[in-house]
Amino acid sequence: MKRRVVVTGLGCITPIGIGTDNFWRALLEGKSGIDYITRFDAADYPTKIAAEVKDFVPEDYIDKKEVKKMDRFTQLAVAASQMAVEDAELKLQDIDSERFGVVLGSGIGGIGTLEDQHGKLMEKGAKRVSPFFIPMMISNLGAGYVSIALGAKGPNTTVVTACASSTNAIGEAFKIIQRGDADLMITGGMEASITPLSIAGFCSMKAMSTHNEEPQKASRPFDSNRDGFVMGEGSGILLLEDLEHALKRGAKIYAEVAGYGMSADAHHITSPSPDGEGAARSMLNALKDAGIDYGEIDYINAHGTSTPYNDKFETMAIKSVFKAHAYQLSVSSTKSMTGHLLGAAGSIEAIACIMAIQESKIPPTINLENPDPELDLDYVPNQYKERNVDYALSNSLGFGGHNATIILKKYE
Amino acid sequence: MVFEKVKKIIGEQLGLDDVSGVTPQTSLMGDLEADSLDAVEIIMAIEDEFGVEIPDDAAEGFKNIGDIVKYVEANQ
Repeated sequence: MKRRVVVTGLGCITPIGIGTDNFWRALLEGKSGIDYITRFDAADYPTKIAAEVKDFVPEDYIDKKEVKKMDRFTQLAVAASQMAVEDAELKLQDIDSERFGVVLGSGIGGIGTLEDQHGKLMEKGAKRVSPFFIPMMISNLGAGYVSIALGAKGPNTTVVTACASSTNAIGEAFKIIQRGDADLMITGGMEASITPLSIAGFCSMKAMSTHNEEPQKASRPFDSNRDGFVMGEGSGILLLEDLEHALKRGAKIYAEVAGYGMSADAHHITSPSPDGEGAARSMLNALKDAGIDYGEIDYINAHGTSTPYNDKFETMAIKSVFKAHAYQLSVSSTKSMTGHLLGAAGSIEAIACIMAIQESKIPPTINLENPDPELDLDYVPNQYKERNVDYALSNSLGFGGHNATIILKKYE
Repeated sequence: MVFEKVKKIIGEQLGLDDVSGVTPQTSLMGDLEADSLDAVEIIMAIEDEFGVEIPDDAAEGFKNIGDIVKYVEANQ
């Protein structure tokens, strides 16, 4: 008998709100977090918009001495992890720290630090590169720092699968508890790549929206005028817990993690496989892992990036997996509001699924004004919808052809 | 005055709110809990501030902040 794994704490820092309540309320209101880039001068960039987290003060969560040794992506993860622990009312002194672990995902890591330090190298020479450059930049330092901050001595690793990173992270953390290697896991992801070099790179790929005139309308998944994704930043953190452990300490239980699947397209470095066959196999693997029939899924939080290809192929994938039921379930892309948080996307979207299960409400896809005739599912356009959700599925599909899916279930 | 400037740099690098207790006898790693990476960064900042070069073998010989100040004064 496999151990059951439940979600007992949530923490998030997103472009539409800090903290789960603010985030969830903004999703239901259909609020967009997208605006002109303020972090640097983007006047000469084809894309001048992004979903920045504007009101995050790292010193509110982290000792000032430590803040300056962390890249922003790590600051976001440490702060959101502390929120999740607090939300779970977890008393760190009462738990077995060796059975408390961390698996986080980040697509890019500390690219802002890399840019700063490369500038120093060019300007002042090798001797002026900071000794903190490497530990600030490397992607695993998010999970490393969280373990230090929380004294979590159990399993600890980092997943780097581009935009699938944090869904993979949650899936891996789920499996670690399920197989008995830990009782508690901090998991999710973080990203802070609204930086000059990173935005320039994504612009060159023509992956991002250039809908600069109306920033809040730029992310429009499944709309016929969609023209690319909008970069976001932030962190979503879940505390996963063995069910028995959670019951013993009287924890509040948000939802159960029911299944995890993944696959590779084995097709192209950035283009999804035609017909979404890779994404379809990821969903099928998650359904198989959960041991449920596809007809039981009520809500899909789509990867839904607002790129022409993703939304088309993901829709085809959903139709191939769910057949006639594809038209019964609700599908939405919360990236229409949050932008695309890359390595943190899956984790804030998992939180959206958990809240949908808790509150029987499906967050909308905003800016869906001109339906694409090929895309004919119920994308919950523009207004949230009341609907009971027993099972929610969340997809994350990354460059490199990485596909990851998790299934969350109402706890009963 | 070199000592005051060094004290200020150390306070900034280590994020100390109050440096009034720092004296020439204060040890970076022993008293102020700097780690080896902090120490490297502090030496770099001092080199930039005073336009001196502090070779690694000199830096390794520093026992306290007074030693740093003496080195800077002698090599400025």
